Amino acid sequence: MAKKAVEAPQADYAQKYGFRDSEKPLFQARPGLSPEVVKEISGMKEEPAWMRDLRLRALEVFRKKPLPTWGGDLSGINFDEIYYYVKPTDRQVRDWDNVPQYIKRTFDKLGVPQAEREFLAGVGAQYDSEVVYHNLREELAKQGVLFLDTDTALREHPELFREYFGTVVPLADNKFAALNSAVWSGGSFIYVPEGVQVDVPLQAYFRINAEKLGQFERTLIIAEPGSYLHYVEGCTAPIYSADSLHAAVVEVIIKPGARVRYTTIQNWSTNVYNLVTKRAVAYQDSIMEWVDGNLGSKLNMKYPAVFLMEPGAHGEMLSLAFAGKGQHQDAGAKMVHAAPHTSSVVVSKSISKDGGRSSYRGLVKAYPGSVGAKASVRCDALVLDDDSRSDTYPYMEIEEEQVSIGHEATVSKIAAEQLFYLMSRGLSETEAATLVVSGFIEPVVKELPMEYAVELNRLIQLQMEGAVG
Amino acid sequence: MPKPLFVIEDLHVSVEGKEILKGVNLTVERGEVHALMGPNGSGKSTLAHTLMGHPRFQITQGRVLLKGKDVLSLPPDERARQGMFLAFQYPVEIPGVKVRHFLRMALKASKGEEPSVTEFRKQLFEKMALLEMNRSFSERYVNEGFSGGEKKRNEILQLAMLEPEMAVLDEADSGLDIDALRSVANGINKLAGPHMGMLLITHYQRILNYVDPHFVHVLFDGRIVRSGGMELAQELEAKGYEWIAGEAVA
Repeated sequence: MAKKAVEAPQADYAQKYGFRDSEKPLFQARPGLSPEVVKEISGMKEEPAWMRDLRLRALEVFRKKPLPTWGGDLSGINFDEIYYYVKPTDRQVRDWDNVPQYIKRTFDKLGVPQAEREFLAGVGAQYDSEVVYHNLREELAKQGVLFLDTDTALREHPELFREYFGTVVPLADNKFAALNSAVWSGGSFIYVPEGVQVDVPLQAYFRINAEKLGQFERTLIIAEPGSYLHYVEGCTAPIYSADSLHAAVVEVIIKPGARVRYTTIQNWSTNVYNLVTKRAVAYQDSIMEWVDGNLGSKLNMKYPAVFLMEPGAHGEMLSLAFAGKGQHQDAGAKMVHAAPHTSSVVVSKSISKDGGRSSYRGLVKAYPGSVGAKASVRCDALVLDDDSRSDTYPYMEIEEEQVSIGHEATVSKIAAEQLFYLMSRGLSETEAATLVVSGFIEPVVKELPMEYAVELNRLIQLQMEGAVG
Repeated sequence: MPKPLFVIEDLHVSVEGKEILKGVNLTVERGEVHALMGPNGSGKSTLAHTLMGHPRFQITQGRVLLKGKDVLSLPPDERARQGMFLAFQYPVEIPGVKVRHFLRMALKASKGEEPSVTEFRKQLFEKMALLEMNRSFSERYVNEGFSGGEKKRNEILQLAMLEPEMAVLDEADSGLDIDALRSVANGINKLAGPHMGMLLITHYQRILNYVDPHFVHVLFDGRIVRSGGMELAQELEAKGYEWIAGEAVA
């Protein structure tokens, strides 16, 4: 393989997606973490005492818990060099006209305004550590749907917030959930009242734009009985010179008969540690679907979970990971069957190329009494060259006999016969390989909203340029 | 004098050091349909793959000229752009890629320009109607779960869409029941014409009950040992390949 071919996607990536604006944040915290920094963050946000105390308790937990020794290599993170809070503007804006110009320019490049006109119900754009723009369509408001940034939600709906915050992912759940609980800022808060169907996907764009800036957004979604919501988050991040840490927490509560789909396209620049805790609790006859596309970051560790708490609850995970040069995608799913007649489906597709490494790490757990539970896991890995690697770590903890559990895993390469067939129709070798890859991920891509599917295929195309030599 | 469309000149091909083709000579002009018949192991598929540029086959001697230009140094995609086409004996599955999408990409890649969505749809549905194919076929993933007959018809559909100047059809009839065979043969007849040269590679004579070749050749042990018209195919059908084998040894 020619060396030039290996370098090309990185160069393109920088040119096409590595744009960044020079930023002039209005406030910038000191690097490093201490009770003083946490108090300062809480004070800046004028939070109630219970939240400040929760943050301080979480900080203690974070300090006590060791770094995980499984998954990926976390030794490159220097917690003392990270800025834990950056505030880009000093007030919230609801009106597009009030969004600062330099932020608009960034969104123009991302295509946010166009997408909004056609598809979006509201845009929550996280720029640096805070949501600066949040537009809620009138009919959503009329239906009683709340779609706010998480800081605003704490101010405006304190009771609702306190009732659910931290109930799905407790602050002591894991080291990075504790870190998030201590310094969280921004994220989305969505409340869908009983029986309300939100028929357009709600979207948010996240973006890091300050060197050494940590992103610790916190998302909380509550779907009342019989409601429906599709939430979509996506990001393309600029290139940085120093490593960057992203540790988000997402909590979803799906009440009886409700259905939530949560779609993520993650494309952090390849210096980011993306360590995310995503978890949903699903009650009777409800449905939770995670659709998760991971293209970027240096190390991605993410295992969205569904706790199936009551009979008839159903969990789904459709995931896609692309590990290129210097990248490690350690992703998977957890399906916890805690009640009879619950069901879950996991479909994982991974692609490794140019020395990239992708791992599927997943857990299916069936508690005693989860009679009639059904779970199926399917992992397909495509390894594009001999330098790249793919692993599967499927954990099964089955404590009930009357369950049906299926697991299937495949590892494949692009077959020479596929390339020859496609090339005999005029496609170049790269086009042929790209087409095979796009077909491989089609089962996940077809579940995405149209503009995301288009964007994802474009990103894959970029990554594939010069992939086969 | 215009150059011949397609010339195979003293072609020698080896696979893993073993010589399979031992000097093949053949000329195909526009508007001509040539049938190349031969028993198993005679080198038919090696010839088909070599003509399209499969990397597994080593050419040790000879030339293959398309419109006067030697194509042997070109990769398969470049040969396709120059006007060559191979209908595969065993078409490969491309999971997750719709026939429609694949055809559009192939058209764009081989012609160098992308047809508009409407234009492409019109063209696709016209060709599918010509080949008596259901429109829903174009929404399926390429060759995935296709029956033997569907795979062969999909190859003929690609031939129809790409309109090459020189088409090689490798065992377009193998494994087909009589209805599928008739349907594939009808497709070939509709597509053959004055603008195209065609090389029909087959083991059995039966497809020639439906397609009339201008020339029939017999490939045996890596060489074309006989050439003639339809009467040669009929003689082969009557006497079997042993007849040729006996003559070759003699």
